[in-house]
Amino acid sequence: MAEAHPVGFQWVIEAKKRGAKIIHIDPRFTRTSALAHTFVPVRAGADIAFLGGVINYILSNEKDFREYVLAYTNASMLVSEDFQDTEELDGLFSGFDPETRAYDQSSWQYAGQQDHGQEEGESHVDRETASGLEQESHGPPIPADVPRDPTLQDPRCVYQVLKRHYARYTPEVVEQLCGVPREKFLEVCEAWTANSNRERTTALVYSVGWTQHSVGVQYIRTGAIIQLLLGNMGRPGGGVMALRGHASIQGSTDIPTLFNLLPGYLPMPHFQQHETFDQWIDAIRHPEQKGFWADAKAYAVSLLKSYWGDAATEENDYGYGWLPRLTGDHGTYQQVLDMIDGKVKGYFLLGQNPAVGSAHGRAQRLGMANLDWLVVRDLFMIESATFWKNGPEVATGEIVPEQCKTEVFFMPAASHAEKEGTFTQTQRMLQWREKAVDPPGDARSELWFFYHLGRRIRERLRDSDRARDAAVKNLTWDYGSSDEPDAELVLKEINGYDLRTGDLLGSYTQMKPDGSTSGGCWIYTGVYADGVNQAARRKPGSEQSYVAPEWGWVWPANRRTLYNRASADPDGKPWSERKKYVWWDAGKGEWTGDDVPDFEKTKPPSYRPPEGSTGVAAISGDDAFIMQGDGKGWLYAPSGLIDGPMPTHYEPAESGVRNPLYGQQANPTRKVYDRTDNLTNPSAPDSRAAVFPYVFSTSRLTEHHTAGGMSRQLPYLSELQPEMFVEVSPQLAAERGLTHLGWAHIVTARAAIEARVMITDRLRPLRIEGRTVHQIWMPYHWGGEGVVTGDSANDLIGITLDPNVLIQESKVGTCDIRAGRRPSGPGLLAYVRGYRLRAGLEDESGK
Amino acid sequence: MSPRGGGDRSMVPEAEFRSYYGRPIVRPPVWTHDIASYLFTGGLAAGSALLAAGGQATGDATLRRVGRTVTLGALGASTYFLIIDLGRPERFHHMLRVAKPTSPMSMGTWILASFGGVAAVAGAAEFAPLLPSRLLRRVLPPAGDAAGYGAAVLAPALATYTAVLFADTAVPSWNAVHPELPFMFAGSALASGAGVGLIAAPGKPARRMAVLGAAMELAAGHRVEHGHGLLSEPYRQGRPGKLLQAARLLTAAGAAGAVLGRRSRAVSALSGLALLAGSALTRFGVFEAGVVSAKDPKYTVVPQRERLAAKTEVTGQP
Amino acid sequence: MGSNSLYGPIDPATDAGYVDPPPRMGFFTDTSVCIGCKACEVACKEWNLVPDDGFNLLGHSYDNTGGLSANSWRHVAFVEQPFAGDALAEAAGTGTQFLGMPLSDLPGKATPGPRGDFRWLMMSNVCKHCTHAGCLDVCPTGALFRTEFGTVVVQQDICNGCGYCVSGCPYGVIDRREGDGRAWKCTLCYDRIGDGLTPACAKACPTESIQFGELDELRERAARRVEDLHEQGVAEARLYGHEEDNGVGGDGAFFLLLDEPEVYGLPPDPVVATRDLPRMWKRAGLAALAMAASAVVAFAGRRG
Ligand SMILES: Nc1nc2c(c(=O)[nH]1)N[C@H]1C(S)=C(S)[C@@H](COP(=O)(O)OP(=O)(O)OC[C@H]3O[C@@H](n4cnc5c(=O)[nH]c(N)nc54)[C@H](O)[C@@H]3O)O[C@H]1N2
Ligand SMILES: Nc1nc2c(c(=O)[nH]1)N[C@H]1C(S)=C(S)[C@@H](COP(=O)(O)OP(=O)(O)OC[C@H]3O[C@@H](n4cnc5c(=O)[nH]c(N)nc54)[C@H](O)[C@@H]3O)O[C@H]1N2
Ligand code: SF4
Ligand code: SF4
Ligand code: SF4
Ligand code: SF4
Ligand code: SF4
Ligand SMILES: [Mo]
Repeated sequence: MAEAHPVGFQWVIEAKKRGAKIIHIDPRFTRTSALAHTFVPVRAGADIAFLGGVINYILSNEKDFREYVLAYTNASMLVSEDFQDTEELDGLFSGFDPETRAYDQSSWQYAGQQDHGQEEGESHVDRETASGLEQESHGPPIPADVPRDPTLQDPRCVYQVLKRHYARYTPEVVEQLCGVPREKFLEVCEAWTANSNRERTTALVYSVGWTQHSVGVQYIRTGAIIQLLLGNMGRPGGGVMALRGHASIQGSTDIPTLFNLLPGYLPMPHFQQHETFDQWIDAIRHPEQKGFWADAKAYAVSLLKSYWGDAATEENDYGYGWLPRLTGDHGTYQQVLDMIDGKVKGYFLLGQNPAVGSAHGRAQRLGMANLDWLVVRDLFMIESATFWKNGPEVATGEIVPEQCKTEVFFMPAASHAEKEGTFTQTQRMLQWREKAVDPPGDARSELWFFYHLGRRIRERLRDSDRARDAAVKNLTWDYGSSDEPDAELVLKEINGYDLRTGDLLGSYTQMKPDGSTSGGCWIYTGVYADGVNQAARRKPGSEQSYVAPEWGWVWPANRRTLYNRASADPDGKPWSERKKYVWWDAGKGEWTGDDVPDFEKTKPPSYRPPEGSTGVAAISGDDAFIMQGDGKGWLYAPSGLIDGPMPTHYEPAESGVRNPLYGQQANPTRKVYDRTDNLTNPSAPDSRAAVFPYVFSTSRLTEHHTAGGMSRQLPYLSELQPEMFVEVSPQLAAERGLTHLGWAHIVTARAAIEARVMITDRLRPLRIEGRTVHQIWMPYHWGGEGVVTGDSANDLIGITLDPNVLIQESKVGTCDIRAGRRPSGPGLLAYVRGYRLRAGLEDESGK
Repeated sequence: MSPRGGGDRSMVPEAEFRSYYGRPIVRPPVWTHDIASYLFTGGLAAGSALLAAGGQATGDATLRRVGRTVTLGALGASTYFLIIDLGRPERFHHMLRVAKPTSPMSMGTWILASFGGVAAVAGAAEFAPLLPSRLLRRVLPPAGDAAGYGAAVLAPALATYTAVLFADTAVPSWNAVHPELPFMFAGSALASGAGVGLIAAPGKPARRMAVLGAAMELAAGHRVEHGHGLLSEPYRQGRPGKLLQAARLLTAAGAAGAVLGRRSRAVSALSGLALLAGSALTRFGVFEAGVVSAKDPKYTVVPQRERLAAKTEVTGQP
Repeated sequence: MGSNSLYGPIDPATDAGYVDPPPRMGFFTDTSVCIGCKACEVACKEWNLVPDDGFNLLGHSYDNTGGLSANSWRHVAFVEQPFAGDALAEAAGTGTQFLGMPLSDLPGKATPGPRGDFRWLMMSNVCKHCTHAGCLDVCPTGALFRTEFGTVVVQQDICNGCGYCVSGCPYGVIDRREGDGRAWKCTLCYDRIGDGLTPACAKACPTESIQFGELDELRERAARRVEDLHEQGVAEARLYGHEEDNGVGGDGAFFLLLDEPEVYGLPPDPVVATRDLPRMWKRAGLAALAMAASAVVAFAGRRG
């Protein structure tokens, strides 16, 4: 956190000054570890085992916050008798089909609801389109009443299922598997549990050290389970927080740049699953289910109205037919492979530098070199714009500039300081940013570019009567009269209007399913409440309460902490004076407190829904997790996740360690793109795993930014970390004859790259299952353009993805490291091929 | 600043100390050898000025003439070296904005300027007969005589202020030797002046001056090289050690030659040359020893640690 | 010039002739919360338009700046260190102990083998704005001057690059810039603090490792911080450069360190050279007399 979020880390320091204990768990000793009280070195890719151990510690020592767990989680709900755990099936849950590598999730359901579960075909499509998690955020199809055992004794209740599942994750196993000494592990368990109760809460902060794994989503789920068990959700000072990356990466999932989502987490329609408008709406709201997704139609119709205005009518399903449809995996990695295969002709690349930043750099560059045209909009001449003349493949002869057919259009972009707009940060807070200076030369904002691109296309299509052009022709496309579109008009469009009065909406609860309202992203509705740009508010913290509701604006409804109903006990009273946040004021008959209550304002804690009710009315007075289909926080996910209802330790896709827990080595549902240009290093028990004997991880340096476009171009940052390097322990250096500041090269089945050697005690070999495991570490910021240049770590990494969200496994892989520089020119290809031959990945014929 | 009360310690055990990757703590001087040359030429100017004044006082016209001329030349050279070593030579005159007693360089500039003024008049007087102006031909010689004495009065200051210039720095081995350095430089200046005399007009005064100068230089030098514990080390080791050893030999030989080679013009001249060379090497040696002491953090850390330890012993407090 | 002008505790601005100057301003840099982000280095360069310092991988842990220089007025040091925590020290009853001495070595050169805990020290170094500033004392042009805030600043239009200040500084701070020829160092953002702004480096520091303020107040704050740390068991915390009676009369920028100063590249007991200047002049005077006397002796008895 100190490395990549130094400004946020000031609050950790502040807490430390006030006596907080800081524990840092990471494969290597970083700037964060330097400030922590305890540093726990862990093997990269083994966190589920570690966290599973914490769960086991909590459950076997009854350290859970029982009242909270009973009231607000699904601990007491009974799971179907058909469910079989990984403990019984050697690493698989019930319902696995090895053909499609997908689960039939029926057996995972609560008792008596097996037929509500996702069937295999459906979950296969979900796996293809990474849509599983939408099910979770929308709540899966779960009727309101689930059989429960409040004593938590029933062997089929979630509590007991969980307990059995994690029973094997003992401190001994953690030590064996993660390389974490027992005492250190127990120190973490004790600290975490001791700080989680009525009086105290613990926050869990994670970032991409947890996500970039083939089991990334399950990493986070493990953390969430612990936080639920300890009563740390929905309470001040608690929660699970993703520290974000790029300035508005949260915003780019809310109003997504993702292929499978529409704004406000509405799913992108699938050509088979959502043929009709009603199918699509029902897939979101699940008519029989409780919770706020029941109003999904109002959100969806308002979105379509904001796209197509008057052209969107009830008769034409508000233009639903004009929305594009998913037909399969259109994720960025699939697209790159499609480029290599010649299936993609043109590509817009905005604010991204995949030639350096994305896994399998070679594939990225070779793919782009096979397009007809490529538009790059960036601040600088980055590697993704110059790969055809300066890329490493030019040296190896794989790309010949004179013959490369891709026509590259480089359009200089205005930077964040040169345009206005909002950023949405990790707390879901929108903050309006003024333009500070004019962009230089021809540089223009994204808004300008797309507005005028759209305007010109629409001009060309004006006389077209082809059906497929209607979507573009009918778009509302009016953002002021000046050359630069008005960003506030865009924000207003996102906020939404009452179309009858022309007034801006104040809240998403005002949205209507009848076409009388519009709104570009329902969760953002309210950002322009009262005609005021709420995101531009900057009232100093000293002039308002500690929750600071008047700084910026947080979706939804300016609510700073989600599910904050859980900060009060089931009766609506604060858990403790010290931790009071939102509570029920019986006198006034309403919820009140420091934050906007995440509950219907006047629904009393004692409210119990009448039999058979659905939607908002079905939310009970103690259902704190109001977006969930059952109103509860999920310790166990009866549906929605592609790879299982409970996190389970699997080895990374590339690992020299045999999974000590199950016969199943790696995540069985991980996305593998099995092709000769995307080979995976052999893993244990294959003895040829020894060809790549070391574990490597890649991450960030404070001094640089991601693919380097914004740091390697700047002398002041470049001088601080001027060269690509690789960190190794003194022991590994001795083993491989590496010298400090000398050269080394690192090899995988994909590539070999070179780097200067940094020998440091900050990396230490781990004892795993009785043998020494060496981990090496590299930053991934270097490429061929800029003030300082170097080889890219991403060239080493292959494409293997988490099945739920299609994130690449770039935090852990296996490799070899050797002293000296790598071969250059075509010799490099032959050199890597030698490794492939030895690893049995290729035979002499090149297959 | 010597670690153990300044006693002679020729054998310093390998010091244990910690530092930041062995990087220097104080910054090595940015000055180049121009400054060492400046020291030498300045000393030479001072020594020759004394020689000239002696000649003037004793009626030895040759000595006077040679002394004044060499002074003039050395003065020119030292001014050149001083200016050329500036980062912004064209701003040399900024030195004359202020007179700052805390700055030896400022004091030195004024000493040099005043000395330069009188030495120039004295030097010019030697060329009076060649001048076309009658007035100048008449006025210059007596003015030159007065100026010659003036230069002689200022010469010792010119020769010794440079020792303060070096000593008044954080450069460990320069700073430590501040009690002896002025004597070393004074002796060295005398010896170089005597060297000029031995070459141009050998005689008793030059020989005496050679012996006295060399003695002063060698005696002070001995203290510099041995009297300051660890901080004397750079004067004995490495390149500066070699330079100073050569300087010692040349100076001693020069002095010996000056006495023993009385009868031979050639031996006298050689002795003079040896003294000049010795004087030059002394300045280069001292200059380089300082640079070495600044570059190696040992010379900053160890003596300061010892000083702290001594303080703790006295006060009983860390 | 007061009797203390060369040495000892004084108020530098008053000593420099300011009548009723504003409070003395300075820095307290608390290295115990420094995260080595180098924002201070970059912010300083941005504000002061300092050129880059070259692109050299030094291998000094994450420090590729190396030290303060004409082109780096803040420098963040990184020290990797095997370290026996308090538990060990307590057990041994000897206070903090260090296992090994890797500091003059490159990282990782320490003997491999079992080790105790490990620590990574970071520290942002800067000009000390000394009460008795060696650089200022020796500057022959008056380019270096004392501001009303008690800080030490180079006037770039005056400096002629004589380089004397470089050797005058006991901390190795000020430096002559290649190609430019003049001496440069931290100005304590003279152009900002005059307008009531915080210096760029302190403003950018995310963890308040760099604290800017009135020196008196900072000294109190620092004393409290050390006490707090000691209570928290960080026995090795100590202040550096805060005492008015140290060799430079107290640093305008002082530090909280977690190890000996030399480990961070700081001198353990710096003394401003001008402390001894009167004595030096005296010795020079004696030598000058000796020189004059020698000349007289050389020519004695030769009256012609
Ligand atoms: N200076 C700087 N700041 C940045 C960025 C930058 O490039 N430079 N990038 C921004 C972006 S886009 C993002 S997404 C964020 C990312 O922020 P972070 O996630 O904090 O960044 P990383 O450095 O990639 O990874 C964090 C840590 O995860 C560790 N790690 C790797 N594998 C594992 C594992 O299996 N288990 C555990 N427990 N730890 C593991 C790594 O050793 C590393 O120290 O940072 C943002 N901030
Ligand atoms: N091995 C490995 N690979 C990784 C990671 C890892 O930890 N390890 N981390 C991953 C993560 S979390 C991320 S986020 C990615 C980042 O990877 P990328 O997004 O590919 O890399 P960036 O360098 O951030 O690219 C952003 C580009 O946007 C440009 N830019 C900045 N502002 C604007 C703007 O306003 N408009 C336009 N048009 N352009 C702009 C910048 O100049 C820069 O070139 O890398 C991923 N790759
Ligand atoms: S770069 Fe910006 S977002 Fe990142 S830590 Fe610094 S201030 Fe925060
Ligand atoms: S630290 Fe050095 S440069 Fe800074 S004021 Fe003191 S003597 Fe001058
Ligand atoms: S270099 Fe400039 S600032 Fe330094 S002493 Fe010389 S004139 Fe003064
Ligand atoms: S005070 Fe100003 S000049 Fe000095 S280091 Fe900080 S930013 Fe740079
Ligand atoms: S900005 Fe602050 S935390 Fe960052 S390196 Fe500088 S002093 Fe340390
Ligand atoms: Mo990211």
